[in-house]
Amino acid sequence: MTAELNSFAWLLDRLAYEPRRNGKLALITDYFRRSPDPERGFALAAMTGQLRFANAKAGLIRALIAERADPELFALSYDYVGDLSETVALMWPERHGAAGHNRPAPTLAEVVEALLTTDRRSLPALLAGWLDALDETGRWALLKLITGGLRIGVSARLAKTALAALGDLEADDIEEVWHGLEPPYAALFAWAEGLGPRPEASDPAPFRPAMLAHPLEDEDFDRLAPADFSAEWKWDGIRVQAASGLNNQGRRVTRLYTRSGEDISGAFPDLAEGIGFDGAIDGELLIVVDGRVQSFNVLQQRLNRKTVSARLMAELPAHIRAYDILYDGAEDVRALPLAARRTRLEAFVARHGAARIDLSPQLSFDRWEALAACRADPAGAGAGPDADAIEGLMLKRRDAPYLPGRPKGLWYKWKRDPALLDCVLMYAQRGHGKRSSFYSDFTFGCWRADDVLVPVGKAYFGFTDEELAQLDRFVRKNTINRFGPVREVAHGAEAGLVLEIAFEGIQRSTRHKSGVAMRFPRINRIRWDKPPHEADRMQTIETMLAAIEARTAAPSP
Amino acid sequence: MRPHELLHPTPAGLYCPPADLYIDPVRPVARALITHGHADHARAGHGAVLATAETLGIMAVRYGEGFTQSRQVAVLGEAVRIGAVGISFHPAGHVLGSAQIAVEAAGIRIVASGDYKRAADRTCRAFDPVPCDVFITEATFGLPVFRHPDTAGEVAKLLSSLALFPERCHVIGAYALGKAQRLIALIRDAGYDRPIFVHGAMEKLNSFYESSGVPLGDIRKVGAAERKTLKGEIVICPPSAVQDLWARQLPDPVTAFASGWMRIRARARQKGVELPLIVSDHADWDDLCATIREVGAPEIWVTHGQEDALVRWCEMNGIRARPLRLAGYGDDGEAEPDGAQATP
Repeated sequence: MTAELNSFAWLLDRLAYEPRRNGKLALITDYFRRSPDPERGFALAAMTGQLRFANAKAGLIRALIAERADPELFALSYDYVGDLSETVALMWPERHGAAGHNRPAPTLAEVVEALLTTDRRSLPALLAGWLDALDETGRWALLKLITGGLRIGVSARLAKTALAALGDLEADDIEEVWHGLEPPYAALFAWAEGLGPRPEASDPAPFRPAMLAHPLEDEDFDRLAPADFSAEWKWDGIRVQAASGLNNQGRRVTRLYTRSGEDISGAFPDLAEGIGFDGAIDGELLIVVDGRVQSFNVLQQRLNRKTVSARLMAELPAHIRAYDILYDGAEDVRALPLAARRTRLEAFVARHGAARIDLSPQLSFDRWEALAACRADPAGAGAGPDADAIEGLMLKRRDAPYLPGRPKGLWYKWKRDPALLDCVLMYAQRGHGKRSSFYSDFTFGCWRADDVLVPVGKAYFGFTDEELAQLDRFVRKNTINRFGPVREVAHGAEAGLVLEIAFEGIQRSTRHKSGVAMRFPRINRIRWDKPPHEADRMQTIETMLAAIEARTAAPSP
Repeated sequence: MRPHELLHPTPAGLYCPPADLYIDPVRPVARALITHGHADHARAGHGAVLATAETLGIMAVRYGEGFTQSRQVAVLGEAVRIGAVGISFHPAGHVLGSAQIAVEAAGIRIVASGDYKRAADRTCRAFDPVPCDVFITEATFGLPVFRHPDTAGEVAKLLSSLALFPERCHVIGAYALGKAQRLIALIRDAGYDRPIFVHGAMEKLNSFYESSGVPLGDIRKVGAAERKTLKGEIVICPPSAVQDLWARQLPDPVTAFASGWMRIRARARQKGVELPLIVSDHADWDDLCATIREVGAPEIWVTHGQEDALVRWCEMNGIRARPLRLAGYGDDGEAEPDGAQATP
């Protein structure tokens, strides 16, 4: 008998090294074909992030390794490897010939079952027994399973595509029935292999795959005709799909999904409870206070919460600004052109009259230049005080159906130009995952009036792999101090490195030493040519802030 | 005399004041002792070089005969006197000709081990522990996550991939000095006797190994015209050539890399490696710890690599230890930085 966990571990290991999408797909489909139920079903659940173990968490793994390794050696190793599962899998003492070494490795189904049902007190011994019985790859896969987030370059979408390829289905066929099905998905596999009927989605409020946009490129203006498109503001909230319906017992079920299908209803009960329609709409989740849309920074206070206090809900009420409709009652309207869906949406919103749902306005324009003017000055183009919650424009073809994924040529996003500042690199820290062992988290600063550098932000993105290697080398060669995992890098008037930072917005913050917080800062360019003393000064940031405040202060309630 | 008066770090390298000489200096100096031929340890332009015959030979192959004004062969195990200092070379097991260097004066002996490994390797002499008062150890793989597996298993991975993908060329990145020859020897030991194809940059060093008594079997240089015909063959090239146009002309290559760093998945992925082969010419964590115990020195100086963890281990085991921060060596790249093999 083959130890199935080893077979799954082998798959994960191969996936981790396979750079090509088609190569990954072939590996997963092949695994699904070779493996029996329920092994493959739990593997699919793991790759799509559907497994949650209430008692088995990263803390348990840390506790086990703490009994077996010096904490300082563990901390240094973890800092280097950048991945908890891999660090522990590598450090775990091998038990050559010891009792327990010959125990058979568990199957994936046994592992999942046991992790779901074993109580907190019995888990450490159970997990340690498995780790003793597995080799390094097996240990790594088991620990990945427990910590969630496999980080092997396989998205849920890719796993579903691989499943669809067992027969002649498409990934979107899988998505249609996905919500409402539970691991280990035996009926789903049977359908994919042509051996069973399409599983019925019993969920009255399922997720439907979202339609996504491409960034607008300069050359697109010459190819596209303004008359073919409608335009809306691109709101700086989170994309949300609201679905609602009655279940078999006649009880209403309402769910709010992110664009990737994550159910976030729990964080927004105030919004979900006010929804009484049958159908599904697509829109932006925003915080609206006194009729004014708040910035993303405000919305962030309500994200990633398991529970939410009544006070927070009252202070920061959540709204949906709707821009599309997928289901009108039981009718699937996704095949209709956008113009017709918009008419349906307007009637739908008016009919249901939910206080927390309104329509995202459409902008009228005849030439791209007119639209560019809206984009440059949303406040003056009708957005008024909501302008700060706008990050650009959306262009959608009037005749386009609602298609899942990112179809070409139908939806475009036209973002506002980012703001730029030249800052000086001050500190660096190693990254995790793909960037592990590289110095990839950079803190940068601007000059204060007394010629002291003040840190103003941190950036982890924006550079190519090649630039990352250059930055990493610069950090290593110019380290002047080490504080644990953080290296201080030379940053004087002459010695140091200037980074051109792009960001989407800036505001005052009491949590940051500099008194400012940047939105989405990233490294736009590395200014190897620029001496540090020529970098921007805090005065420049002050001017930016004053301009924003002048704009928002005037119509304040 | 205290140990640091006999040997201490300077920007030019480890300096021995009573004999006025440096070990593995990174800048040109009057008198240099060289542990082994990797480019970050053996540089051209010194006044006088004392090293093993093989290391002198490797330096001549890489830099030309004029790499130093004068040279002297160090015979393993035989002491040489320079002023008041006794100097002797002992095998380090790293690459062909690699040696630890013991310096001794006023009853104190310090052993600078250079780079070393303890795993079996028929392309060089095995490491020989030398009792001493201070042992200077490398720490390239000085973290408990680095445990190199059995090399036979790694070569088996390569050969089974060849069997699985007989249409694909298997291109392996390996450093030109030491790693490439050891890998070839391991592949031969696994019973593979087909020709092995190598990048032109490796040819001279391969010949040098063969002339030093390390047979490598049927080795062929890859010419530009042959690249497309190498389906199902093994090709070994410097790491820098793997991501290069050079390797892209090979038929549907499987990208492999032979290095101790391949133990860490993220490292392999960063390099775009599909088939990681964990084959190292450095000691792994377990061997570093075992060597420190075996040498039995009351004081350990830890250099290039992960100094902090090894110092911590020494402290936990009641051994006095401190990091020796030497600049200019492969702190992060195994053996030698990319491009070193391009040196004329």
